[in-house]
This record gives sequence, structure tokens and C-alpha cells, in this order.
Amino acid sequence: MCTTCGCGDEAGTRISNLAGELQTSRQGHLHSHTDEHGRTYTHEHSHGHAKSHEDTDVNGHADGHHHAAQGTETIVLEQNLLAKNDLLAATNRGWLAGRGVRAFNIMSSPGAGKTTLLVRTLTELGGRLDAGVIEGDQETSLDADRIRATGRPVIQINTGAGCHLDADMLRHGLDALSPESGSTVFIENVGNLVCPALFDLGETAKVVIVSVTEGDDKPQKYPHMFMAADLVIVNKSDLLPYVDFDVDECLRRIRQINPRAEFLTLSAATGEGLAAWYGWLDGATSQAAAPTSGTARSVPLTGALTKAH
Amino acid sequence: MHELSITQGLVYAVLDRTGERPVTAVNLRIGPLSGVLADAVRFCFDVATAGTPLAGARLQIDEPQGRGRCRSCQDEFTLSDLILLCPCGSADVEVLSGRELMLMSVEVA
Ligand SMILES: Nc1nc2c(ncn2[C@@H]2O[C@H](COP(=O)(O)OP(=O)(O)OP(=O)(O)O)[C@@H](O)[C@H]2O)c(=O)[nH]1
Ligand SMILES: [Zn+2]
Ligand SMILES: [Zn+2]
Ligand SMILES: [Zn+2]
Ligand SMILES: [Zn+2]
Repeated sequence: MCTTCGCGDEAGTRISNLAGELQTSRQGHLHSHTDEHGRTYTHEHSHGHAKSHEDTDVNGHADGHHHAAQGTETIVLEQNLLAKNDLLAATNRGWLAGRGVRAFNIMSSPGAGKTTLLVRTLTELGGRLDAGVIEGDQETSLDADRIRATGRPVIQINTGAGCHLDADMLRHGLDALSPESGSTVFIENVGNLVCPALFDLGETAKVVIVSVTEGDDKPQKYPHMFMAADLVIVNKSDLLPYVDFDVDECLRRIRQINPRAEFLTLSAATGEGLAAWYGWLDGATSQAAAPTSGTARSVPLTGALTKAH
Repeated sequence: MHELSITQGLVYAVLDRTGERPVTAVNLRIGPLSGVLADAVRFCFDVATAGTPLAGARLQIDEPQGRGRCRSCQDEFTLSDLILLCPCGSADVEVLSGRELMLMSVEVA
């Protein structure tokens, strides 16, 4: 990560453009910062800075410098270790709200059905839902290729060694996708129920998918993920007759961790239960479009979505 | 292993304030409910600080206990994980501490 704005490069992140061609991930102009001790830092940069450096001490050791014995000095910081990510997430949130763009962060274990659900959603809703996708994977563009086949714009972010998307990666992904005002962005996070839970992206809502082949005790095992969820989807309901998965028990366990998350059961393969998912999207998208933005969609989504099936 | 990116973020947050001054100690507070393992951060620290002014710094991690208070019976108790369940059976539990993930202070020469 860059020291001033958190631009990540430590894990070899790569971002593709809309045509699927690899872009240098951190293109942009060189700019520099001068810190409170008069040192200058220069780095490449492609987006606005969230952090101002004016909060640092101009007159000596005003905020939190204490002189300790033995020639060392203690600098009190008391800041969250995720402060930089959270600041960038807040910037993303403002950017999205300003354009009336809804961004849904889709998270699950590997193979729970994120891409299948997205492909089916984009295919079935077609032109009625103006949507693009940001695909996060450690390697390959296989999922992005599946999305691209639906005709919707897609940006691939390969995180390399990284096991989650962070707010800076979303920032760069949004720059590359350049979503229209009033449109919807689906973010497929790296398949992993642990790390993505800790990194706020500034998204409109977090959607967590658990599939019935994984066991109904996932909420207990990965509480951070389920605590963060706005919507929990139980996928692969078509397999319920064959596996030992108790939907009510799963919901009960989720409720222990997160009393407010919404809950849906569906099958991305057969289409069972998808009406409720489209209904949720409809509510989430029209809610976000209405009050805050001056550039709300011209065609209301309500009605259009329910006609899709 | 998000601890690696968090530890890298930690190094940058420190450098942001200390520039090129040699850092002799870093003090963190990581609660058991934060989703971050103190041991994994210790493991990543050497790698993440190599070649920076933090190399060789003493890493001290304060690990406070998780504490919760039941909103039903007002009882206070220790929380070792995020399954918020009071011994009385209520799940309406307020987390009082344990979610901390803080860079507290650094010592520079
Ligand atoms: N039976 C059944 N299979 C499904 C369903 N949804 C997805 N699958 C299958 O599950 C496998 C994984 O699905 P993906 O959509 O690739 O899962 P993912 O979450 O995108 O996986 P990663 O990107 O690797 O994390 C594929 O073989 C899908 O065909 C479902 O509802 N029912
Ligand atoms: Zn920068
Ligand atoms: Zn996928
Ligand atoms: Zn991780
Ligand atoms: Zn109680």
C-alpha cells in the first residue's frame, strides 16, 4: 500500500480493463506529499486523496508526542489498524452515493455459487437492470469471462497473494468500470469467508452466500462474515434433499450473530427462489436511488424486475 | 491471511508519522473478537518491516479480554468468541471490549 492513500501493491494486484486486457494496476500521475518534518514523498497515483496531512503537528509536538527517557520518544497514535481502508471505504461510499450507483459486495466460500448467481441474474434481468461487475479472484479471469459472455461490462481484479478485496482495489475497479449514474455494480469478492469480512469497501450492502453442501454451522464458524452481512443467501436449495443441511437451524445460528440480516433460500442452478432475490435487489436499488441522488434512474426498476420471471 | 495486509498497513501508518526515524518499538492492542490473530501479526511483522525503519523494532501486543453485558439480566461476563450468548440463555448481549484493533503508540530513537 502507498503510505499516503493506501494504494495497494504488496500482493501483486492486477486490474484488467473493460476489454479484459491487463492494465498496469496503479497508473497515474506522480505526486508528492510533504510531511510534518519537511520530508517529501513522491509516488504514482491515479485517484483523489482521501487523507489530508493537515492534522499533523505544525508546532512541534502538539498532538501525542511525549518524550521518554533514554533518548527515545513515544508517539501516541491510538488509531485503528484498518483506519486507512475505512477512510478509503468512506470515500467510495460518497462516490457511489453521489452518482446514485448501488454496489453489492458478494462474499462466500469458494464455490458457493457467486458467479452462477450473477450470470443468471444478469441474463434473466437483461437490459432491465443496468449493471456491471467487478470480479475479484486471486488468479485467472475465468469468472470474468463467464460474466462477459452475458454482455455486461466486467472488470477483473486479480489480487495475487491477497485473499480479499480492499477499499483501494474497489476504488481502482470503479475507475476502470466507470459505471453510469443510477446503475448497479456487483462486486464478486475473493472466495473466502474470513478475510473479506474485515475490509469495508464502502459498498451499499454486503451479501453473504452459503451453500447447502457446506453445512449449516458456517455462521458459528465464521461469525465475522455473518455479522457483517446485510443479506444472507442459502444457495443450492435444489440439493437440500441430498444433504444434511437444516435451513431453519442455519437461520437460527445467523440470528444469534446478526439479528438484522435479511435471509433468502434459493437455487442459482434451477432458479427456485430467485424471485425473492430479484425483489431484494429491486428494493435495495430503488431505495438507494431515490432520496440521495439527483441523477436517479429514468426508468424505475420496480415492476420491471418482477416481470423478469 | 489478512494479517499480512493489516501488518503492511500498520507499517505504512507508522511511517506516515515517523518518516525515516528508526522505530524501536510498536505497541498494538488486538482484542480476541477483532478477527485478527495477534500471533499471525507477530509472524508477519518481521517480513513486513524488513528493509524499513521499523526493522528490528520490538512488537508489543496488548490482548485485552473480551467482555460482554447481557441486556436481559445485566450480567457481565467474558467473551472468547463472537457467539454472543449469556449464561442466562439470552443472545441480546452488548460487546463491552474485545473488538479492539489499534495501533496505540510507537517509540522512535
Ligand atoms: N446444484 C447446484 N449447483 C450450483 C448452484 N449454484 C452453483 N452451483 C455449482 O457450484 C459450482 C461453483 O459455482 P460458482 O458460481 O463458480 O461459485 P463461486 O462462488 O463463484 O466460486 P469462486 O469464484 O471459486 O469462489 C459450479 O459447478 C456451479 O455450477 C446451485 O444452486 N445448485
Ligand atoms: Zn497515493
Ligand atoms: Zn466465482
Ligand atoms: Zn486472509
Ligand atoms: Zn443474561
